[in-house]
Amino acid sequence: MEAAAGGGCGSGPPLLLSEGEQQCYSELFARCAGAAGGGPVSGPPEAGRAVPGAVTAAAGTVADLFRASQLPAETLHQITELCGAKRVGYFGPTQFYIALKLIAAAQSGLPVRIESIKCELPLPRFMMSKTDAEIRFGNPAELHGPKAQIPYSVTEKNTFKRMDDEDKQQETQSPTMSPLASPPSSPPHYQRVPLSHGYSKLRSSTEQMHPAPYEARQPLVQPEGPSSGAPGAKPPRHQASLIRSFSVEREPHDNSSNYPEEPWRITEEQREYYINQFRSLQPDPSSFISGSVAKNFFTKSKLSIPELSYIWELSDADCDGALTLPEFCAAFHLIVARKNGYPLPEGLPPTLQPEYLQAAFPKPKRECTLFDSYSESMPANQQPRDLNRMEKLSIKDMADFPVPAQDVTSDDKQEQNKARLALKSTVDEALPKDMSEDPATKSGLLPPPPALPPRPCPSQSEQASEAEIHPQLNRAPSQAADSSPTKKDTPYSQPPSKPIRRKFRPENSATENQEPSSTVGGPASAATGKPHTAVQKQSSKQKKAIQTAIRKNKEANAVLARLNSELQQQLKEVHQERIALENQLEQLRPVTVL
Amino acid sequence: SRASSAVLARDNYPLYIRSSPTENELKFHYMVHTSLDVVDEKISAMGKALVDQRELYLGLLYPTEDHKIKYGYVTNSKVKFVMVVDSSNTALRDNEIRSMFRKLHSSYTDVMCNPFYNPGDRIQSRRAFDSMVTSMMVQVC
Repeated sequence: MEAAAGGGCGSGPPLLLSEGEQQCYSELFARCAGAAGGGPVSGPPEAGRAVPGAVTAAAGTVADLFRASQLPAETLHQITELCGAKRVGYFGPTQFYIALKLIAAAQSGLPVRIESIKCELPLPRFMMSKTDAEIRFGNPAELHGPKAQIPYSVTEKNTFKRMDDEDKQQETQSPTMSPLASPPSSPPHYQRVPLSHGYSKLRSSTEQMHPAPYEARQPLVQPEGPSSGAPGAKPPRHQASLIRSFSVEREPHDNSSNYPEEPWRITEEQREYYINQFRSLQPDPSSFISGSVAKNFFTKSKLSIPELSYIWELSDADCDGALTLPEFCAAFHLIVARKNGYPLPEGLPPTLQPEYLQAAFPKPKRECTLFDSYSESMPANQQPRDLNRMEKLSIKDMADFPVPAQDVTSDDKQEQNKARLALKSTVDEALPKDMSEDPATKSGLLPPPPALPPRPCPSQSEQASEAEIHPQLNRAPSQAADSSPTKKDTPYSQPPSKPIRRKFRPENSATENQEPSSTVGGPASAATGKPHTAVQKQSSKQKKAIQTAIRKNKEANAVLARLNSELQQQLKEVHQERIALENQLEQLRPVTVL
Repeated sequence: SRASSAVLARDNYPLYIRSSPTENELKFHYMVHTSLDVVDEKISAMGKALVDQRELYLGLLYPTEDHKIKYGYVTNSKVKFVMVVDSSNTALRDNEIRSMFRKLHSSYTDVMCNPFYNPGDRIQSRRAFDSMVTSMMVQVC
């Protein structure tokens, strides 16, 4: 059915399909054609132009399929044009095959050109929408690269496989994913032993790879159709398996509804789910879960202890015995993957790295911390006010005080200050913006917290914000001045990694710190209500106060730094002395003969 | 040349033993065992007041074969690390050994941080600890 049938495509190039591709494409075509009973047109309404007698693919189905390939619409248009369907007005087999090849080319990164399809390509990958049951089928390992993309879903796969392959395992608890997914280097321990022999069969021949997922897809792929029997059965089975694996009662988490590009990429829904789970263990999403809590939780997944230990090793990047939110997500994801039969990777995949996770999904995290911290720490009406002020305070303080010299009671603040200083550059810009965006009346929803990267330039109400800050800063310097060196030392004793992690806590503890400071609360809240003029009068006075405070703190810093270096020196000397003494002792001791 | 490392719990049972040419494993077990006496002696001799974090000693020169030099290291929690290196590699300086022990120690604490690791278990952290030790020993050889 290849090049010879170039009927619909006038200048179509000879299309060489490998056997695997041929099978794949014909299946797809059959499905698309069968789904709609032939005839309809893609593109302009030229229904009459359908070649009588020839099988054509339904435009709607084809469009769905193409969209499922996750290529941009632009590319899809190009492909449709190139393959000739636009020209002839329908998707005949040739056009369809060419289109599929072009899709594969586009997904491999090649330009959408006719020439691209002349070379050996992997199969196109399609991800069906949520309404359909989702199976990703990809090329088996033999075609391209060691890693194959295999359907990722836990229960869906089980459901389908169970339906279609009788010899597959029955229990959903240990889903069997094709071993094709396993990179050759994966540790043998983690190979899922109970692989049904159906899969082993698959492994041996590429062709068999295709029918299996296709068969699985058959009952499920209904163009824009509502759930068929299989997907309908999915949620309960899905839930059952999940509940079995985790005795924790979960939301109807559908971690299979959105297939990741690779198995190690966390999708949005998965992310949400992980975050919720995190919250169930630890209300503050910006804080971390201790090792024992995490251990109890993950043990419920019924993975073996060595595997869990390995997963922990992979995900606890800073080796501190606790999991932050990104670390937790990574660990959870690995556990889920493992339960799906994926062998564990040798190293933490780049998409699971904490930095990546934080960067990739900043918004939900932000919102979490935003709402959580605010809701937790805002008992009074002054909440938005307090928070704002606190944010300013902390930010401005950090900008001004390189070392968290100003000590606002809690060690957390210190750490956060250190961290946030590292994080932010144009802190001052953030401050006025906060003020302008948050009228006193608002409560609850605040603009993105200052913990975020600096926002664009400040607005007009810079005066007001400064005025607001000053009351607080007045307090802070005095506090700082009063604080003993011991207080300042305590932050140093904290493990250095913590500041980085707890960067989102500022609002939390910051507000808590401010709560007791009713003195600031008074003038500040009053100031917000009034026009800014009243407050401006104090600004210059307060500026001076701040500056003196700054100077004092800088001096304190310098003193401490010197002290530190001296002590270090002493320590070194003492150390050396000790070694010398030990040597002496060594010599004096009678020799012990074995 | 050969190198071996061992981690022993405070009760002197092995948590981790690894030799670089693995056929010497048994012999190394024996060496570690014999060195324990010396280690214990040193610990007790150290005195109660002194919570000594490091201990470095040129241990038992193994009499019969090519001299092997052993080093010992004791942590605050009485976990012992023992390393044996070939004396042929005399280029090894004191500081190198110390740094190796420090690395061992920090890797060990990383292992401890894993909540799934019960103190007293054999260290099976394939990825982190093991690879670190192997690379270290390769350096020495």
